[in-house]
Amino acid sequence: MELKLNKFTKRFGDTTVIKDMDLTVASGEMLALLGPSGCGKSTTLFAICGIHKMSGGTLHFGERDVTTVPAQQRSVGVVFQNYALYPHMTVEQNIGFPLKVQKLSKSVIKAEVARLAELVQIGDLLNRRPAQLSGGQQQRVALARAMIRKPDVLLLDEPLANLDAKLRLEMRSEIRRIQRETGITAILVTHDQVEAMSMCDRIALMKEGKIVQLDKPENMYANPGTQFVAGFLGNPPISFLPATAGETLSLGGNQTLARPSTLDAQGDIVIGIRPEHFGPQHGTGLEGEVIFVEPQGREDLIDVRLDNGGAICAILPSGEPVKLGQRVNWGVASERILAFANDGSRL
Amino acid sequence: MNTNSRIWHLVVILAIFSAPLLIMYVFQVMDSFTERRPDSLWPGELDLSNWRFLWEKIDSGRPSIWVVTFNTFVFATTTAVAVTSLSTMAGYALSRLNMPGRPYFLGGLIMLHAFPTITLIIAIFIILQFLGLFDSLLGIIFVKAALELPFGIWIMKGFYDTVPWEIEMAGVQDGASRVRVWWELVLPQVKPGLAALLIISFLSGWSEFVLPLVLAPGSSTQVLATYMNAVIQDDATADFGLFKAIGMFYSIPVIVIYLLFQKQLMNIYGGGTKG
Repeated sequence: MELKLNKFTKRFGDTTVIKDMDLTVASGEMLALLGPSGCGKSTTLFAICGIHKMSGGTLHFGERDVTTVPAQQRSVGVVFQNYALYPHMTVEQNIGFPLKVQKLSKSVIKAEVARLAELVQIGDLLNRRPAQLSGGQQQRVALARAMIRKPDVLLLDEPLANLDAKLRLEMRSEIRRIQRETGITAILVTHDQVEAMSMCDRIALMKEGKIVQLDKPENMYANPGTQFVAGFLGNPPISFLPATAGETLSLGGNQTLARPSTLDAQGDIVIGIRPEHFGPQHGTGLEGEVIFVEPQGREDLIDVRLDNGGAICAILPSGEPVKLGQRVNWGVASERILAFANDGSRL
Repeated sequence: MNTNSRIWHLVVILAIFSAPLLIMYVFQVMDSFTERRPDSLWPGELDLSNWRFLWEKIDSGRPSIWVVTFNTFVFATTTAVAVTSLSTMAGYALSRLNMPGRPYFLGGLIMLHAFPTITLIIAIFIILQFLGLFDSLLGIIFVKAALELPFGIWIMKGFYDTVPWEIEMAGVQDGASRVRVWWELVLPQVKPGLAALLIISFLSGWSEFVLPLVLAPGSSTQVLATYMNAVIQDDATADFGLFKAIGMFYSIPVIVIYLLFQKQLMNIYGGGTKG
């Protein structure tokens, strides 16, 4: 079901956390609310599920205006960061609780619980209590409980934050599979750009209570609207260098780069170079000294201090004979250089 | 000097200081079952006459011990149930609901808890007199429960504070009303606190002396504490053997409760749920 926030405003006392935010999530879409801590993404989530009252604006699920509808009567399933399972109930009772509240008959509840347990693959754990489950299993239970009412919208609040690295990978694809299988409209709140990019159809990147860019993950990565977006996405992060745009891009200290053909700015700018666009495979151009080598198995991350003082990061297939302190002269894929004005806007 | 011998020093010091208590308890048990010999520290033959209060009235003016025990039981149980149920609700409100004046409430609770309530006894006497509850069990139940409430509310609030917010939010999202969330999801998490508070306020009611003495002095509302007081005071010649036997009888439920519920009682200092 389509979800539509219109001019959503949230104040706590005198502080306005979110002002006039518009957001539409298409039916069956999975959208990520991504941003640093304190950017208002969780506030937005709690307003959608009805735990926070909205200070202004409207919220629609499809045609239905739910702006002032209490949380109990909104059809929203929520998976909380710590899963919030009921410790005194078994897995079966946990998953069935939303239906028990609706006073459905025991046999119906049992059948529905079995269906959901099948979907999230925990059929053999129904008689356990939450304390007897691993983090990943608790997550599956929480997911099943959130989905059993067939809610209009599924909200996930940092669902992977409490899992170890391996489980996180597993649950990432599991959540996406379940969302696809059921076709439910979902919003994922996260501060982890990898999660957002790998799980969602679109990402809304938030900063200080505003959505700064709303786009498909690959577009947002390749074509960031501002310096903030470019810096937030990508791991290892993009390197920013000050430059002067003229005939060429002059980085100072006799270092220059070719202008990207699409750039028409002059004067002082900031350029961003992603790690994969800098290295020996792009020829020569920037001279410097290797100051840090971080092997990551498949790849090595290499930090280079340029002769003009700037630092830039490269990512190379592992096994390249690069040593700490080595002098290098590596090139840049100049057409992929991202240019920003000094106020952070994209040029 | 190693730690072991240092602990030994402590044990010896503690033993010396607690010896008088221990010796008195030993003599209490011994004396209640034996014939007292005035010329010797050591008791004489086995003699159950000190326990005669169990099967006969010790004198005509006094109610039977069983009536008094029943009174004490009613008094302690009712105050415990009242304190626990009211604290359970008030503690939740103070922990969770964003009501006006909440900080003053919390401050007031601590003050009331620390307040020497005995200084209020004259005012309470006048109020009870006015309400027609003077010299009735109901009257002292009200007073005792009121005086125990600040402690109970504070303890329960502490237990509620350890229950994660998300459990309640999840309950609300699952469609349950706030009342149902409280009853079905939150209350089970504070069960240890409930149990401990129930036991502690029962024991406190069981051992209450001043309130019944001042506010319910009649013989029909006597509780064990005031009964014992009367036994030792009224007689021209104090019967210490009898007094000790009644004291034993009076403390049996306390000992039993402590033995049965040690774990729950320790909980009140730990607080909260695990896993």
